[in-house]
Amino acid sequence: MADTLPPPRLLPSGDSAITVEFSRTIDDTANRKVLALDRALSAAPIAGITETVPTYRSLLVHYDPLVIDYDALGPQLLVRASGPLALEATTRRWRIPVCYGGENGIDLEDVAKALSTTPDDIAARHAAGRYRVAMIGFTPGWSYLSGLDKFLHMSRRESPRLLTPAGTIAIGGIQTGIQCLAGPSGWHLLGRTPVRTYQLHRQPTFLLEPGDEVTFYAVDIKMFTEQERAAAAGEIIAERIAA
Amino acid sequence: MSKLVVSSIGPASSIQDGGRFGAQRYGLTPSGAMDKLSLAAANALVGNAPLAAAIEIGPFGAAFTAKGGAVRVSLAGAPRPADIAKRPVEVNTSMTLADGETLTLGFARGASFSYLAIEGGIAGEAVFGSLSVNARAGLGSPYPRPLQAGDVLEAKSVGDVIERRIELPKPFTGPIRVVMGPQDDEFTDEMKALFLDSEWKISATSDRMGYRLEGPAIRHIHGHNIVSDGTVDGSIQVTGSGGPIVLMSDRGTSGGYPKIATVITADYGRLAQTPAGTAFRFAAVTMAEAQAELCKFTDLLRSLADRVSEVVNTDLNLDTLFSANVAGTAVSATDPATWLTVTPD
Repeated sequence: MADTLPPPRLLPSGDSAITVEFSRTIDDTANRKVLALDRALSAAPIAGITETVPTYRSLLVHYDPLVIDYDALGPQLLVRASGPLALEATTRRWRIPVCYGGENGIDLEDVAKALSTTPDDIAARHAAGRYRVAMIGFTPGWSYLSGLDKFLHMSRRESPRLLTPAGTIAIGGIQTGIQCLAGPSGWHLLGRTPVRTYQLHRQPTFLLEPGDEVTFYAVDIKMFTEQERAAAAGEIIAERIAA
Repeated sequence: MSKLVVSSIGPASSIQDGGRFGAQRYGLTPSGAMDKLSLAAANALVGNAPLAAAIEIGPFGAAFTAKGGAVRVSLAGAPRPADIAKRPVEVNTSMTLADGETLTLGFARGASFSYLAIEGGIAGEAVFGSLSVNARAGLGSPYPRPLQAGDVLEAKSVGDVIERRIELPKPFTGPIRVVMGPQDDEFTDEMKALFLDSEWKISATSDRMGYRLEGPAIRHIHGHNIVSDGTVDGSIQVTGSGGPIVLMSDRGTSGGYPKIATVITADYGRLAQTPAGTAFRFAAVTMAEAQAELCKFTDLLRSLADRVSEVVNTDLNLDTLFSANVAGTAVSATDPATWLTVTPD
């Protein structure tokens, strides 16, 4: 893959965190570099770094300014980010059920209207995608997926909704995602999955890792209800398939 | 074992400590006290570690009753009327509830959160290193949700009768200081100036996740969609409608609106305590200033135990005794003039 990215940038995120940005847009190479820098900092830590949070196109580095200040840490991060980084290939693939539309996907019809097509077409296009877990964030288990069909790219809602349901499958901007827990969202809701990407007393607590590949398949409301019951009892539901 | 029973409590009240770190990469937000200085002050009063878990009490009233023995607690943070069995008690002091006595707290005045620490701390099971309630994630101990009437917290038995008070430095009253970025380049100089020069008010729809700000609309250069990236306590996102939201302790670990600036650590608790509807301003500082303020703030947190002093029991306050002249007819061992006044019955 050709490396056409601009040089990485440091963005101050308050007095105790630095964002190392590899790209302003969703870019597969940038995301792989984020994960590679994350692994590099884990393998050879810099004293004072307290936590790292990989995202689509940047690594958020939390640090303790009493141990290392911005002027000391920034250049070290830039050197690491600019150097050669070992990119890893996808290792795991998952198949995840989605019940599209109706009360499980209250925005499906509006999205179809806005894009001058049918709700079935939107659901089919969404289910046909091959996605990659680019990051996990916002709320526990919320998995941001890259690889959304360009046809489905849509601006987020101007004002976020204060409460959207657990298991929501939604699109926002050029992203799609699995929202594990109920909570606020500015995205458009297409459907719901019974799969819980975060479940406290289950092993593993967090199902997906950044870098995993995800595909969806449509299920009807009856299957969804059955699967949801099983998921509540601790079943993983998502099928792990051979790479 | 003594217990502290929640007799009544308003919304937005929960067990909080220093926070839950290490799993932000899976979307698990740190949570933790909104005002860590006040949490640490409450803990210092009863000899707990600075960021041990305590009860964070929202703007509304609350009442707590000791059961099965005496319970020592301390109150810090928002000023509010408080009494134990009609005896007024003060913020920034410790106090002992005798078995069956109730501490009654009124509405907060001029701030939002109070902290009630229990001597010996809160008994609970830490998850990812913290007892802090994160209701959305089903986390927190002993209750993974905001507190409700009837909840029971275990307390250790009270060791002495000495109450304590803490003298806190006068809080900085200037604007809420911010470091610009990480996405301030998504805004024109005019919009950055509008953000810094305007008066803001916290909306009544705010909560521990975010404070929505009311004021002028801040417009983005390239629109409001950016690729979601990481957030910190105090990140100031600007939404599509132009309204800023300050991300607070229960924030999402990532967000997709451009972040114009970030509240400095030293001022985060001060912003958290600003009541809805109260006007305030922001001011930009350099990274060096922000980190110097953070050092001072940390020093203050660490030195709170030195600011705690024992309170002379108010029932035996000498000034009160002298002014009441209760000794007026007593015999002095050194003043013979008083000797003759005593007549045996």
